[in-house]
Amino acid sequence: MIRFWVPLGVILLWALIALLAPVLPLSPNAIDLPHILTSGSPDEWFGYDDLGRPVFDRLLVGARTSFLVAVAVVGISLVVGSLLGAVGAYVGGWIDLGLVRVIDVFLAFPGILLAIALAGVMGPGIDNVVMALSVVSWVGYARLARAQVLSIKERDHVHAAVAVGTPPPQIIARHLLPLISAPLIVEASFGMASVVIGEAGLSFLGLGVQPPAASWGSMIRDGARYMLVAPHMVVAPGMALMGVVLAMNVLGDRLRDWLDVKHQPRTRRSGIP
Amino acid sequence: MFVPFLIARGLAAFAVVLGVVCLVFFLIHLVPGDPVEVMLGEAAHPADKIALQQALGLDQPLHVQFGRYMASLSRFDLGTSLYSKRPIRDLLLERLPATVELGVTALLVALLLAIPLGILAAVNKGTAWDTGAMGIALFGASIPNFWMGPMLILAGALWLGWFPVSGRNGVASLILPALTLGTALAAILSRMIRSTLLEVLNEDFMRTARGKGLPDRIVIVRHGLRNALLPVLTLLGLQLGALLSGAVITETVFSWPGIGSLVVEAIHRRDYPVVQATVLCISVSYVALNVLTDLAYAWIDPRVRLGSRP
Repeated sequence: MIRFWVPLGVILLWALIALLAPVLPLSPNAIDLPHILTSGSPDEWFGYDDLGRPVFDRLLVGARTSFLVAVAVVGISLVVGSLLGAVGAYVGGWIDLGLVRVIDVFLAFPGILLAIALAGVMGPGIDNVVMALSVVSWVGYARLARAQVLSIKERDHVHAAVAVGTPPPQIIARHLLPLISAPLIVEASFGMASVVIGEAGLSFLGLGVQPPAASWGSMIRDGARYMLVAPHMVVAPGMALMGVVLAMNVLGDRLRDWLDVKHQPRTRRSGIP
Repeated sequence: MFVPFLIARGLAAFAVVLGVVCLVFFLIHLVPGDPVEVMLGEAAHPADKIALQQALGLDQPLHVQFGRYMASLSRFDLGTSLYSKRPIRDLLLERLPATVELGVTALLVALLLAIPLGILAAVNKGTAWDTGAMGIALFGASIPNFWMGPMLILAGALWLGWFPVSGRNGVASLILPALTLGTALAAILSRMIRSTLLEVLNEDFMRTARGKGLPDRIVIVRHGLRNALLPVLTLLGLQLGALLSGAVITETVFSWPGIGSLVVEAIHRRDYPVVQATVLCISVSYVALNVLTDLAYAWIDPRVRLGSRP
């Protein structure tokens, strides 16, 4: 149980901080010149950054950035991806064929490379980060939903629904999507982790939120320059990031065991087992 | 049977590459925002903007631009950098050895870490060894490169002073970036090795090998691991993608002069032709690596190339 409640607690705490950040008495951009680069003290546990801003306050605001991006990206790509995948698999024919080709092309970009290029071309900003990461993430859900629908679309209840004249959109929404939700939920929980890393990665490269807004990724980038004098600037956001990502990965593993989703190795072409 | 497989696989890969070329072109050209304005700044003189537009061919309709682009690509001409005014092909060739060196070393690091960890976990399934090894793997998978890198710099370069902080200068400078890039892959690989080895351990031939009195070490390595590594090989091809995109961030952290840091530099300099060409180059190498792993797999395992899968 500890492997369920602890990560769940971490994630809930992260979400709570993210939602409450605007009403908390935080001053992430307040500059306190005498404290530049000072490390932790009893009244300011996490110390101050290179501009004399409190690292703790910036951590909390950064939690909001990563939470908003993660929820938006996973939300968008889960809806778009699973709908496209389910429709493709159910309808079949050239629509499905086209979908498979498109998925193959998107999968030819390793990791978040496409998001890096897109965010770079679109320019920085939180909405561009969401867009860039969504363009990369929808494919995973589409592939999964397609494979799952293919495996259940010949079941009796689907034939029965067709026989009584249920329109296809309703078959997909009522008779197919609910049955494939378990693997999609598991995929989404791992997806959250990779979006959190993706957002921080883009911000680390300077392609995410713009200063003075805080993101864990940009905090690590700023801190890397002062590593010898103020390692806390890198350690603090990194620990936060790792804590959240680790919690999601552990929770994803738990969910996979509970929902009894067979581990899907990320193979993508049909020719090879 | 091997040749038709090879041809089919090559054609499919070529189609994907064509798709990638189109996608990169249209994404970069259709994304909202005027590259000329971004390059020159909003306050630029209109005449300068028009001049630059013409110089880049951006005043032409999209299909004409696309045609020109495809035509030059077919001659392996990737265009010219806006920043350094040099042919992009030369830039890429200059940077490629550093990335290959880093990638191969990271892969070795990953295998050296993952194989023992995976065996340890599988052989002692359900014990504290298993939990410990898989816990380490989970940790490794949750540490992003851009944090692992600075932490290793802090420990290995600033505190211990064993390795240089950044740059590419001899073997010592390769170690920290390769560790950064390799650990994430090692985490994923060790989990795969554990699960495939667990499946193999229950096979009849394992019992036979034990039954005829072979020592455990030989049973596990010669009979178990060799069969377990086969599926890992295919997954490895896909994971090389993680390695390639991880290289973008790792190279930036360590100022490693490879293809990955070239993308980031080009983005910051608004050098779009270089961004486009580099992304293309990385994706095409990724597709090629995948084809190669597929072929290697078919070559090693006759069941694949003969079409009758177990």
